[in-house]
Amino acid sequence: MTLDPVIFSRLQWAWVIAWHILLPAFTVGLASYIAVLEGLYLFTKDELWFRLSGFWTRIFAISFGMGVVSGVIMPFQFGTNWSRFSDAAANVISPLLAYEGLMAFFLEASFLGILLFGRTLVPRWAHFFAALMVAGGTLLSSFWILATNSWMQTPAGYTIVDGRFYPEDWLQIVFSPSFPYRLTHNVVAFYITTAMVVMGVGAYLHRSGKSTAEARRMIVMALDLLIIIVPLQMFLGDQHGLNTLEYQPAKIAAIEGRYDTVQPVPLTLFGIPDDKDAVMRDAIDIPRLGSLILTHSWNGSIRGLKEWPPDERPPVALPFFAFRAMVGIGILMLIIVILGQVLRIRSRLFHSAWFLRLCQWAAPSGFIAVLAGWTTTEVGRQPWTVYGLLRTTDSVSPSLTGGDVLTSLILYIIVYLVLFPAGIALMAARVRRGVPEAMEEAVVAVESGRPPVPFEAVSQIAAPGTDT
Amino acid sequence: MQLDLVPLWTLILGLAVFLYVLLDGFDLGVGILYGFAPEADRPSIMSSILPIWDGNETWLVLGGLGLLAAFPLAFAIIIPAVYFPILIMLLALVFRGAAFEFRFRHPALRRFWDHAFFSGSALATFAQGLVLGSYIQGFQVTGRIFSGSSFDWATPFSFLTGLALMSGYSLLGAGWLILKTEGALQRWSRRAGRIAFAGVMIGIIAVSLWTPALDPAIARRWFSWPNIAFLSPIPIATAALGWAEWRALSGGRDLWPFICAVGLFALSYLGIAISLWPDIVPHRYSLYDAASSPGTQAFLLIGTLFLLPVIFTYTAWSYWVFRGKVRGGQMHY
Repeated sequence: MTLDPVIFSRLQWAWVIAWHILLPAFTVGLASYIAVLEGLYLFTKDELWFRLSGFWTRIFAISFGMGVVSGVIMPFQFGTNWSRFSDAAANVISPLLAYEGLMAFFLEASFLGILLFGRTLVPRWAHFFAALMVAGGTLLSSFWILATNSWMQTPAGYTIVDGRFYPEDWLQIVFSPSFPYRLTHNVVAFYITTAMVVMGVGAYLHRSGKSTAEARRMIVMALDLLIIIVPLQMFLGDQHGLNTLEYQPAKIAAIEGRYDTVQPVPLTLFGIPDDKDAVMRDAIDIPRLGSLILTHSWNGSIRGLKEWPPDERPPVALPFFAFRAMVGIGILMLIIVILGQVLRIRSRLFHSAWFLRLCQWAAPSGFIAVLAGWTTTEVGRQPWTVYGLLRTTDSVSPSLTGGDVLTSLILYIIVYLVLFPAGIALMAARVRRGVPEAMEEAVVAVESGRPPVPFEAVSQIAAPGTDT
Repeated sequence: MQLDLVPLWTLILGLAVFLYVLLDGFDLGVGILYGFAPEADRPSIMSSILPIWDGNETWLVLGGLGLLAAFPLAFAIIIPAVYFPILIMLLALVFRGAAFEFRFRHPALRRFWDHAFFSGSALATFAQGLVLGSYIQGFQVTGRIFSGSSFDWATPFSFLTGLALMSGYSLLGAGWLILKTEGALQRWSRRAGRIAFAGVMIGIIAVSLWTPALDPAIARRWFSWPNIAFLSPIPIATAALGWAEWRALSGGRDLWPFICAVGLFALSYLGIAISLWPDIVPHRYSLYDAASSPGTQAFLLIGTLFLLPVIFTYTAWSYWVFRGKVRGGQMHY
């Protein structure tokens, strides 16, 4: 058996980016949440907001640090494993990637220092401003990285000379057809992910009797945000789907498991896709629902995969199941949020132990939904890296053997399986400590040239003497 | 009208790479020295680079993205050619970065994270030296792709540059520690600096003699008349700086060992640039051959000209804030 460098390179990319994506999925929302808490503190002068922002800033610092460490790896992947893609597409996408790096560096890294160390050193408004800048930085990073991804999905504003892409119109490149949908769908997904974590952490703190007042605020804030953005996300997802149907119809066919073009289109709830025979086995169909969802009409039709030559079809199983996982989680989230609001109206929210436990279990649900959605869109783009123009098999570094890539993949797996659990354990330990009662401000010894460890300092400020 | 931006991007990228080498160089060097330092001094050593190491590492990302954006063909040929050195470097940097965090957090695993910090620093440095060595030697290229094998980098020359870079970063690290510490630890750093210095001088001489032997074009560039007259100040200045560095390590003001080490790096960097000029894929593609489209360079330049000065200012400011000696063991405990 020969080892295929393309498959292993794809697995390696999936592995390193799947872990990395979890961090922005959390930090983008968390940065905005911290900015809101800082703003509430500035305007209401209620110390509770300040304690909450201190608690979450400590956790933010750890996940941000993990994001930096795993992020250093990402740009090099383009060269090590995808050098032909880099040669072909760099003229168009590299400035977008570089802007991501520059802005992340500029806004997040510089203002994060003030957010972490400046709690007593700078005026309150300046601290709030720093929080806003960090939040803005995470959003700008999302903007540029998703612009890059969107261009690969729905390329625009380019010309091709000698098999390489050249920029024609930067506005069209940055705002490619799928970009507005992808950006909003992703950012809202990040906010939902964070809100589910905040709600789960609040539920845990409440159940264990730690920081009850703070825990209640967390739960209520998360519920209020979620009741708006979970339905909003369903609308945005629908719009994103319509856009995909227009620009990447083969992806929609894979998501829906449609091999044959039929009219009207049933909705396949479940089935076992078989790419070889191009048939969905054991399908459970609901008549006409597919037409209604996909084309917003009773009789609409979408093209089945058989309308594309076999070497231009994406694999069905992964997008099909991942999409169902994502939508299923979304529906569960909606149920939880509605339940929570009903309990709240009946003033039973904080006495329903079963509901708080449910929130705790649901805390990681956003991460799974993000990974599932990302799998859907990336696998659904196959067999292309630049949709319809550059094949994945033509993107890989030609010098690599399967053995080379398998070796690096195994090493990345080992290192990440040590590093990420350690980081997650660190965050869990912070949560278990609860929100500290008094924000005793240790004076950060900047003036003596003995600055604290960035992440440590925050915990020292927040919980003096509890460190080992 | 389209401005020719290649010289400007060459300057920006050259500067970014040099800054990375200096900045992450000294903190990687501190990490290497950490492995040899007395147990009691280790917290102070780590503290001396804590507030700045992650900022230093960001230059690696900016350098990598800058190469991709300004000279994508070079990126697409060089990076796959050094597949394993890059892999080793990245994983070593990850472990080293984690060690900063976890060394304090898990006392039971302190020895493990101590090792991770030292070996991560040493391995990352050695891997960067391997990249440098195989870069100077050049790559097997067919058309626009690297057509060699993933192990072409493993040559005696690249192992030499790997070891030389370890000495070089250690010298920078020793210079930094002399600047940031005092007393017994500073005396230890001066001693360590002298050992690293010996390695650096051997490395510079060996690489300088070996490089012209690799390629007759490089030999002609340095030794033909009148080049030899114009270029002779470089080896002469290197010798003079070497002498000054030796004096500085033996005593005198705390700043000079670091400054002289920076000077030695600058001259070595210049020497390599002169050997390879005007190629960015050595012996194969010039800067102009490998440049991205003018539109690409212009689009990225707009934001870069605005953001880079801000980043410089911020970086300088954070060094200013954290100036002075590290005193009394663990900084924040």
